[in-house]
Amino acid sequence: MGRTILKDGDVISGAVLAALGVYIVMQSLAWEYSGPDGPGPGFFPFWYGVAMVALSLLLVVSAVRRGSVEREGAIDWTATKRALSTWAAFALSVALMNWLGFLVSFALLTFYIVAVVFRRSLVAAAVTAVATALGFYLVFPVALSLALPTGLLGF
Amino acid sequence: MDALGGLLHGFQVALQPANVFWCFVGCLLGTVVGILPGLGPAATIAMLLPLTYKMDAAGGIIMMAGIYYGAKYGGSTTSILLNIPGESSSVVTCLDGYQMARKGRAGAALGIAAIASFVAGTVGVVGLTLIAPPVAAFALSFSSPEYFALMCLGLALVVLLSGSSLIKGLLSMLLGLWLTSIGTDLFTAQSRFIFGQATLLGGIDVMVIAIGVFAIAEVLSSIEAGDDAKVLPVPRGLRNLLPSLAELKACRFAFLNGSVTGFLLGCLPGAGATIASFISYGIEKAVSKHPEEFGKGAPEGVAAPEGANNADTGGALVPLLTLGIPGGSSTAIMLSALVLWGVKPGPLMMLESPDVFWGLVCSMYLGNVMLLILNLPLVPLFAQILRLSAYILFPCILGISIVGAYGASGRMFDLGLVVAFGLLGYLMGKLKYPAAPLILGFVLGDNMERALRQSLMMSQGDLMTLVQRPISAIMLGLAALILLAPLLGKLNRMRVRAIAEGG
Repeated sequence: MGRTILKDGDVISGAVLAALGVYIVMQSLAWEYSGPDGPGPGFFPFWYGVAMVALSLLLVVSAVRRGSVEREGAIDWTATKRALSTWAAFALSVALMNWLGFLVSFALLTFYIVAVVFRRSLVAAAVTAVATALGFYLVFPVALSLALPTGLLGF
Repeated sequence: MDALGGLLHGFQVALQPANVFWCFVGCLLGTVVGILPGLGPAATIAMLLPLTYKMDAAGGIIMMAGIYYGAKYGGSTTSILLNIPGESSSVVTCLDGYQMARKGRAGAALGIAAIASFVAGTVGVVGLTLIAPPVAAFALSFSSPEYFALMCLGLALVVLLSGSSLIKGLLSMLLGLWLTSIGTDLFTAQSRFIFGQATLLGGIDVMVIAIGVFAIAEVLSSIEAGDDAKVLPVPRGLRNLLPSLAELKACRFAFLNGSVTGFLLGCLPGAGATIASFISYGIEKAVSKHPEEFGKGAPEGVAAPEGANNADTGGALVPLLTLGIPGGSSTAIMLSALVLWGVKPGPLMMLESPDVFWGLVCSMYLGNVMLLILNLPLVPLFAQILRLSAYILFPCILGISIVGAYGASGRMFDLGLVVAFGLLGYLMGKLKYPAAPLILGFVLGDNMERALRQSLMMSQGDLMTLVQRPISAIMLGLAALILLAPLLGKLNRMRVRAIAEGG
């Protein structure tokens, strides 16, 4: 990973975490900080929220102070896209499970990974998708009596 | 119950046919997981936990522990045959193991790794058997301030040793503390951070986070890395897997070194098997009469780290079982599993749940024997797993993750969280945020808040109570020292160098 990217990543992630810390502190102020029985529900979140703001600002400042550094090696965007597209396909298959059920959504996800991410033939992808979905069906609902998400088709 | 009585009782539990079976299943799964790069024991335990809900606590924890230490045995196989560590704790085994394999001594290297794992793994369990009772007895005197201080110390150690950036380690831990606050407050029933979702009132299940941050993120990182390597041939037949007498003689001190170093470092939260393996390798090289041979296929260079990485298991279970403090991701998930089964790890565990405590300890003696048998003659068979194509393996891991997360609660909402935590884990890996402090912060957060608030209730809001009690003051002082020491440039450079060498 290039150090410039890591530096930018530190600044962005530091800013996101600082915002989260501010949100935590603001929320905690709405709850009781201390009552007659001792510390309230706002006590602990307030202090770790403050720590989160302080540390993330420290991260941002130290990343900015590092200044621009030469890249040690370029990011492999193709590889990153491969990983992120797999995540997107996984997210989509989970979203579709309410309608299509586990078996169909999982078979579609497997098909995508084999055909698109690993660039195997469509036949190999289809066979792998059907075989793995069938294998999951036989192991989990049939052999182990474990419920899987079902869709409109009832499986 | 003393250690001897405990052992007798434990063997009665561990030798029940069902528990022997679960021990075997755990060891087998662990070996497979250890061999497969891109799938770690923490992810596997998290994925399979929902399948163990119907099991009794002793059987469940025996199987999970089998996965945990079995993965360490299996991890050496890829290091030696592929030069790719199956687990981070097997990184150092690549140095000499792969060189031995290239010289045609793959069988001997695998044999030495299995024997060292067996010897040190057994020494680690003996250490656990002897040390756990006095530690638990000492911890009986702990009250809320001591527990709060102990958790601070444990988290500080984990943060210190988990990555090159202390700030990122601390932020990761704070994120874990926040995630564990989501839901209903322990004392007042006030809902916190639920974003209007009634489903979040009960909090987030640790499995959902663990599956996302470990299993999904590991798949995404492996797909990104796209590792593709050729497996060196494994000689068939037990005779070809046995090291020569000269090699065994050369490894005598390495077995001892690995056992002691691994166990002692295992007892420290955060240190873990990876650091133990590197330190034992360093010691071995330092005391060797021929240090120049290290990195070129020295058998001691395989025996010491493999021993340390396995002795670490016994050590890691000391704080988990006697104090309720996990030292790493796998033990954190095991802690959650024990709580789900109604077992409370801590100083009273030996008295309240002797079946689980001593059954687990004794199952590890059996497990080490099973793993030696599995890993010596069956190594060529396991090596075939490496030929399993990634395009079949990764969808299967994603599928098991879905089944695991859905099986825990039966809620589609949890699957959405798994998706989100998968992306979080992947991005954390890319931006070099360590995941272990997050999961430790999440697992310990609730208890930490409870202990702190109880301490302040007892003292009527006086924070000084935390430093007025000697044990608590010492532990908080150590935690502060651990976190402040890296501010000294020289000490931090040493820490970063140690972590970088530790992979």
